[in-house]
Amino acid sequence: MSMQAEPLTRRGKKGTGAGPENKEVGQDRKQKTQGRAAALLIIPSMIVLGIVIVYPVVDAIVMSLQKDAGLDPATGSFVAGGFAGLYNYIHWILQQCNTPGGQASCPAGTLGSQFWSATGTTFLLTVITVALETVIGFWMAIIMSRTFRGRSALRAAVLVPWAIPTAVTAKLWFFIFAFDGIANTLFHTSILWTGSEVPARSAIIIADVWKTTPFMALLILAGLQMIPDQVYEAAKVDGATAWQRFTQITLPLVKPALMVAILFRTLDALRMYDLPAIMTAGANGTTTLSILVVNQIRIGFNSAAALSTITFLIIFIVAFIFVRFLGANAVESATNSGKVK
Amino acid sequence: MRHSRKFASLAAVSVLAMTLAACGGGGSGGGSTSGGLSGDAGANLDGRGPITYVQGKDNSNVVRPLVDKWNADPAHKNEQVTFKEQSDKADQQHDDLVQNFQAKNTGYDVVDVDVVWTAEFAAKGWLQPLKDKLAFDTTGFLPATVATATYKGTLYAAPQTSDGGILYYRKDLVPTPPKTWDEMMGMCPIAKKNNIDCYAGQFAQYEGLTVNAAEAINTAGGVIVDKNGKPAVNTPEAKAGLTNLVQAFKDGNIPKQAITYQEEQGRQSFEAGKLLFLRNWPYVYNLAKTDGSSVVKDKFGIAPLPGKTGPGASSLGGHNIAMSVYSKHKATAMDFMKFMTNEETEKFYATQGSLAPVRADLYADKDLVKQLPYLPVLLTSIQNAVPRPVSPFYPAVTQAVQINAYAALKGDKTVDQALTDMQAALAAAGSQ
Repeated sequence: MSMQAEPLTRRGKKGTGAGPENKEVGQDRKQKTQGRAAALLIIPSMIVLGIVIVYPVVDAIVMSLQKDAGLDPATGSFVAGGFAGLYNYIHWILQQCNTPGGQASCPAGTLGSQFWSATGTTFLLTVITVALETVIGFWMAIIMSRTFRGRSALRAAVLVPWAIPTAVTAKLWFFIFAFDGIANTLFHTSILWTGSEVPARSAIIIADVWKTTPFMALLILAGLQMIPDQVYEAAKVDGATAWQRFTQITLPLVKPALMVAILFRTLDALRMYDLPAIMTAGANGTTTLSILVVNQIRIGFNSAAALSTITFLIIFIVAFIFVRFLGANAVESATNSGKVK
Repeated sequence: MRHSRKFASLAAVSVLAMTLAACGGGGSGGGSTSGGLSGDAGANLDGRGPITYVQGKDNSNVVRPLVDKWNADPAHKNEQVTFKEQSDKADQQHDDLVQNFQAKNTGYDVVDVDVVWTAEFAAKGWLQPLKDKLAFDTTGFLPATVATATYKGTLYAAPQTSDGGILYYRKDLVPTPPKTWDEMMGMCPIAKKNNIDCYAGQFAQYEGLTVNAAEAINTAGGVIVDKNGKPAVNTPEAKAGLTNLVQAFKDGNIPKQAITYQEEQGRQSFEAGKLLFLRNWPYVYNLAKTDGSSVVKDKFGIAPLPGKTGPGASSLGGHNIAMSVYSKHKATAMDFMKFMTNEETEKFYATQGSLAPVRADLYADKDLVKQLPYLPVLLTSIQNAVPRPVSPFYPAVTQAVQINAYAALKGDKTVDQALTDMQAALAAAGSQ
C-alpha cells in the first residue's frame, strides 16, 4: 500500500499545477499513461511482497483455524484435526485446554497455561530494557557527538556489542552469570543468577541493555548531528543554561529520531527470543511469547500459528499506538538516518 | 499529502510487524496420515537402488568411512549410498526431518532419529514398520534400546547407538561406591568434612531435568507413562522418587547452585574437585582423565547409578536408525540398516566415536573395554535403564515433566502438588 501512495504524491509534486483549475487534455492523458507505467513498474515488487509477506501471513491465519492432528487411540497414529474455528485462539487467550475430562483450564506444565505470564514477561522485559537503553543510549550519543581526540575510536568501541551475534552474546552472558562465573567471582557474591525469577530477569535485562544500547546510541547520534550548532550558539548568547539548552533545544529537535529509535527497539524487544532461550531456556519467569511460539511449533503447528497471529496483533497494536499517538514516523526518519549512516 | 505520508508510515510499520509474526509461523500444514501397511508403507518393499542416509553432523567422522565401505563393495554397485549431513543442533535435525517427511520426500530413505523422536515419527506414519517382509532381527540387542524403537508393539527403527547415566565418585574419599540412594546420602557427611558438595546431576529446567527426574521416579519404582501410554505419575512410588531429590536439595546434599546445572557445570565442578558424586553421561570419563584443569584425574571412579536396593534406573540416550515410508528402495534401505547396526559397525562406533554399542556382547570385548574402561559400568546402567516416556507427544511430555519437577525442586510447589499438576499436564498433552 505504501508503494502506491508514494509515487502518487511525487507525481503530484512534479506536474506543475496539476490541480483541477488547470485541466488540459494532453496533460491529463500524460498523467494517465504515466500512471499505467508506474503501475507496471510496481507490479514486480508487489508480487515479491505478496510471496514473501502476504502469502505466509494468510497461510498462518488459515492454519490457525485448523485443529492440530490428534491421536487415534485405537491405532496409535495421528489423524487430521479438521476445522477448529476459533478454538486455537480461545485456547491461548482463555488458557483452556482439552483434557480427558473435557475443556478445562490448562494445568501447570502445559504451554497453554503460560500465555498470559509470557505476555506479561515480554512486556516487562520490553519496558525495562527500552527505558534503560534510551537513557543510557542518549547519554552515550551526547558523548559521542562531542569533538575530542579518539572520538572515532570510541564510536567503534561502542559498536562492538552490537556487532556480536545475539546468540554469541547470550552464551557469553550465560557463562558470566553461571554460579562459578565472573559475575559472582568479581563481586564476591553467590547469587544463583539463573535460579530464580528476579535475578534471571535482571540477567537478561543486563545482557540485552549491554547488547542493544549501541544501536539506540547510534540512532540518537544521527538525530543529534542534524541539529545545527548555530541554534546552540544563539541559545548561549541568550543566556540559556546547559539544562535549558538540553530540554528546550536538544530534546524537541531530536525527538523524531528518538521516537523512531524507541519504536524500532520496542518492536524488536517484543519478539525477544535468543537471550532468554539460551541464558535460561525460559525458566524462572523468562518465557517470552516468541519462546512460547517456538516450543509450540514442536508440539503442534496449528496452535502455534494461532499464537504467532496473536503475537502479531499485539506487536501491531503497539506499533500503531506509537505511530498514531506518539508521533513516531518510521518511514520519514528511517530514510533520514539511513542517509546519515 | 501529510495524511498520505502518515498512512504510508503506518503501512510500513504493519508490514514490519507482519514480517516479525510471519517468522514465527514456520512449517506447513499439520501432518496427518493413517498407519497400517497400506499406502506408502506397503509400497516399494522390494525396491533396490541408490539411497540417501540422513544424519546430524558427523562430528567424529564415523559415518563417512562406513558409507565409503558400503559403496566400495562391488555388490552395491547399483545401490550406492549418499550421505546427507544435517546441522549439529538436535532441534534443527528434528525440524528438518519433519519438513521432509511432510513433503513426502523420497530422497530421505534412511534416517537417524533420536530415541525420543521415534514414537512421534512412527505415530505420524512416517517410519516404515519393521515387520513381515522388512522384519529386523533384534537378537543380541540390549532390550532397553529395542524398547525405544518400539511403538504400540511394533518395531519402527533399529537401535543404533545408546547412552546411559553413570555415577562418578571420588574414590580417594569414598573407597566403595554407594549401591543405593540412601547409602549415597549417608556418605554426604564425608563431603561436608572435606568442605565440598555431595551430589549433583542436571537440574536446570531443560531436557536434562526430564532425564534426571525420570531416573529418580523410575528408580523408586514409579513410571511417568505406563505401558499403554497413559500418564501414571501420581503414584506413591513416583512421589518417593521425586521426594528423594527434593529432600536432598533441602538437606544441602545437593548444593543449591545445582538448580542451575546442566551437564557441563556439573562436570566442571567435579573436575575442580568440588563435588563428591556426579550423575553424568560417559563422555565425562575421558575429559576428567585428560583435561588440563582436572584435579581428579586419578582420584575418581565410576559406578552404576545408585538405586533403591540395587542399580538405579538410568534414562536412555542414543539414536535409532529408521526407514522412511516414502523410500523407493526399501530392500536396499533394509540392507543398509543391517549394515549400520552389525557387530563390526557397532564396534567402529565405539572405537571411532566413543558411541556406546547397542549389542550386549560388545561390552565384554577386551579391546573395547581397554579403550573405553567405562563400558562394563555402562552395560549395567543400560541393562537397568528405562527409556524416557515413549510418547508421540514427547515435546509436550518433557515440558510437563520439566516445569513441574523444577517447581518442586525449588520448593515452589509441594511434591504432591507437582505430581498432580504433572499428571494433569501429561493428560492434557495426550488429548490435544
